[in-house]
Amino acid sequence: MSISWYLVVSAFVFSIGAGGVLVRRNPLVILLCIELMLNAANLALVAFARANGDMEGQIFAIIVMVVAACEVAVGLGLIVALYRRRLPIDVDELRELQG
Amino acid sequence: MAEVIFFIAAIGVIAGALGTVLLRNAFYAVLSLVGHLISLAALFLLLRAEFVAAAQVVVYAGAVMVLYVFVVAYVGGVDQDMTGAGTGTALRGISALFGIVLLVELCIAVLGSSLRSLDTQGTGFFAGFGSPPEIGELLLTKFLLAFEAASFLLLIAAVGAVILARRRSGLEEAHEVSVADLMRSGEGGTLSDEKERGSLAEAAGPPNL
Repeated sequence: MSISWYLVVSAFVFSIGAGGVLVRRNPLVILLCIELMLNAANLALVAFARANGDMEGQIFAIIVMVVAACEVAVGLGLIVALYRRRLPIDVDELRELQG
Repeated sequence: MAEVIFFIAAIGVIAGALGTVLLRNAFYAVLSLVGHLISLAALFLLLRAEFVAAAQVVVYAGAVMVLYVFVVAYVGGVDQDMTGAGTGTALRGISALFGIVLLVELCIAVLGSSLRSLDTQGTGFFAGFGSPPEIGELLLTKFLLAFEAASFLLLIAAVGAVILARRRSGLEEAHEVSVADLMRSGEGGTLSDEKERGSLAEAAGPPNL
C-alpha cells in the first residue's frame, strides 16, 4: 500500500473528529472527538516516518500520545468538577464566558 | 495480504470514528473509540511502528479509555440527541458542511502534493525499525529534552486533574473552625456580637485553596 492511502484515512478521521467537535454538545463526546483528531495526526506522523525511513515521526507520535493523555486527565477533571457543582453537562448551557 | 489487512483496518478506523461522533449514548461512543484505537494499532503495525502500536493498545485503549468509562459511569451517560434545543439546526448543518469541506481540502493537500515518496510503499528500513530498543535509544539520546518535558507535563496534568476534581469542602470546614473559635472565646459575648465576629471571620476569606 502506498503511503497516500494512510494519509487519506488520516484525513477522513481528522474531518470526522472536527465535525464531531462542532456538532456534538456533550463535553465528554467533544473530548473523544479531540482524541480522534489527535489519532489522525498520529497516523499521519507514523506514515511519514515510514515514508522517510527514520523513526523520528514515531517519537513525535509517542509524545503526542503523552499530550493526549494529559489533555484527557485535565478534561475529565473539568467534567467531574462541572458535575460536582451541579452545572449542566452541555457546552451550549455553559456560556458564562460568552463563548 | 497487506492490502487486505489495510482495508479491513481502515474500515474499522473510519467506522469507529463515525460511531464515536454519531452514537447518542456517551458510553457506546467510548466503546466505539476503543474499536477505532485497536484498528488504528493494526495500521501502525502495517507501517512498521511496533512500539507505537503496542503503546496505543496498552495506554490508549487500555488505560485512557478505562478513565473515560469511569467518568461516563460517574456523570451518568447523558442521552444526547443530535437535534433539539440549543444550537439551531442550521448551524449544525453548517458545522457538518465544514467537516466535509475540511475533508476535501485535506484530500487535495495529500493527493496533490508533489512528494514522490508518498506514492511509494516507503523507503527501505533497517532491521529493528520501530522496535522498543531503537525507540528507547532515540528517546534517551536525541529526544531526551522532549522526554523529560513529557514527564513534567504528565506530572502537572496529574496534579491539575486532582485539584480540579477534588471535593470542594474547604469553605465549610473553614466556617466550622471559625464558629468553634467563637464559641471558645466568646463566652460573655451577645448573639449579635458573635454574628459580627462571624462575619469578620468570613471576611478574612477562605484559606488558600
